[in-house]
Amino acid sequence: MNWWSRPAADTQITHGRRLWLYVLSAIIMLLLVAPTLIVVPMSFSDSQYLEFPPSTWSLRWYEEYLGSSKWMRATATSFQVGFLTMLVATPLGIMAAYALFVSRHRATRAIFLLLITPMIVPVILIAIGTFYAYGRVGMNNTIAGLVLAHSALALPIAIIVITAGLRSYDLSQEQVARSLGATRTRAFFLITLPQIRFSVITAALLSFLTSFDEVIIAIFVSGGANATLTKHMFAALRDYIDPTIAAISTIMVILSSALLLLTQFLGSKGKRN
Amino acid sequence: MAHADADGSRSGRHLHEAALKRQHTREQWSILSLVVPAMIVIVLIILIPLSWLFYLSFLGDNGGFSLENYHKMTQYKSYYRIFVTTFQVSMLTTLACIALGYPLAFFLAQLPPRWAGVFMLAVLLPFWTSLLVRTYAWLVLLQKRGILNEFAMQVGLWETPIKLVHNMTGTLIGMAHIMLPFLILPLYNAMRKIDRDMMHAAANLGANPVNAFWRVYFPLSLPGMVAGSLIVFVLCLGFYVTPAVLGGGRVIMVSNQITAILENQFDWGAASALGVVLLVATTFTLYVAARVFKFDAALFGRD
Repeated sequence: MNWWSRPAADTQITHGRRLWLYVLSAIIMLLLVAPTLIVVPMSFSDSQYLEFPPSTWSLRWYEEYLGSSKWMRATATSFQVGFLTMLVATPLGIMAAYALFVSRHRATRAIFLLLITPMIVPVILIAIGTFYAYGRVGMNNTIAGLVLAHSALALPIAIIVITAGLRSYDLSQEQVARSLGATRTRAFFLITLPQIRFSVITAALLSFLTSFDEVIIAIFVSGGANATLTKHMFAALRDYIDPTIAAISTIMVILSSALLLLTQFLGSKGKRN
Repeated sequence: MAHADADGSRSGRHLHEAALKRQHTREQWSILSLVVPAMIVIVLIILIPLSWLFYLSFLGDNGGFSLENYHKMTQYKSYYRIFVTTFQVSMLTTLACIALGYPLAFFLAQLPPRWAGVFMLAVLLPFWTSLLVRTYAWLVLLQKRGILNEFAMQVGLWETPIKLVHNMTGTLIGMAHIMLPFLILPLYNAMRKIDRDMMHAAANLGANPVNAFWRVYFPLSLPGMVAGSLIVFVLCLGFYVTPAVLGGGRVIMVSNQITAILENQFDWGAASALGVVLLVATTFTLYVAARVFKFDAALFGRD
């Protein structure tokens, strides 16, 4: 029996009869991935116009990007804010996820719902709301203000990822440590935390990326010397198509692909252990 | 221990129970206090600013309570058009995501987990890539002298460049691409949980593959599909970046209008009122959905 007429699923349908599904899926996957990758060749074009495939190749857009103090400062800001957001959201996320997971209190469900509101509230509202509130206390255009707002966005993601990690871990191990005399804090750091480390790292990376890629809050709340990369990119996209954006986009695609592969790797490692 | 001295032991046990109970309550509270820092962030960034906007939306020109900001929305035709556009874009994007996402999720769910993990990267890569980068990519692909137009003209699909971007078409293409992973991921998870024996049983009882799919598999996958569609729909309602860039000023959704009001008129009352309407629409959709489909288990894996 060749592959074509072999049964492909529990219903005994053959691979041949569902060839259309394979073709369709391949097309959809191509549609998903290709647009993200198209910016890579574009960024190495020598042309002012975005032709594909580029007729001549060069690094001029990378030189433009690396040589511009505006883009460099924005990149530094984005990395700084992303990093600080990660440092705020990850420990807060661990604490909240652990508390909600362990506690039998009646209020946990309500608290969980409150903590995930940043996922439900449209970001534009968070953006104009913080912009207004920050205006009152003079926190617009500050790094601290942006980090705080981005931490609110990253928290639900961190909490959900870490909760998933806690769920696949046997909490009785921590109880054993405590019955042997360890305090709850000590038991957590010695026993629980090392076991959920992969979810914690994933949560940290996602927190960083949430901040690094965030556009709308950055448009409103960041500015001046503290404007983020995404704020400048958005402004550039609205006005004209600048090929420098292709170079920056390529760097961002490489960054997020690297982080994605890292979490996949950690995830498979976490499952094996 | 309880039999020694009836009177003393009873009161002793009572004391013990009370102390244990107190200790238990204290521990419950100390655990729960770990959520306080996270809650402070949410209160500062979400609750206080949102309440402020809510308050501003009910503030009239004279500084007193008034409904004029809401009244304006029913008066002007431009507002009506914005609500219609927002609903239209969200609905069409959701439908496009279902049409493209269902087959792919089904395909992935049929694969052995190892292979599914590999092909899943095709869904996760765009999911992890900045939405600004993907919007930019579509701008490049769809422009007048862009790849799609050039290709179509070479193949002979059309003769002169078609306007694919800075309009509704471009916005929908870009948004469907950005939202697709949000539909596929919950749908895929739901499909993976479908008991394979169900399909075995259907085949055993004489259903052909098509029948088995529509009468057994599809209904079982519906909760996942509904959850995914709702996430997509709700996220679309508040979308800003993609319509702003790919719509070229011709596709004005609620979020774009809110920014426009603030940029041009600096009218916080009107912008806030529009924001409140957006928030109410979003929470209402989610609330009804949670009631009807009990879908938050599918969303957050929690019951």
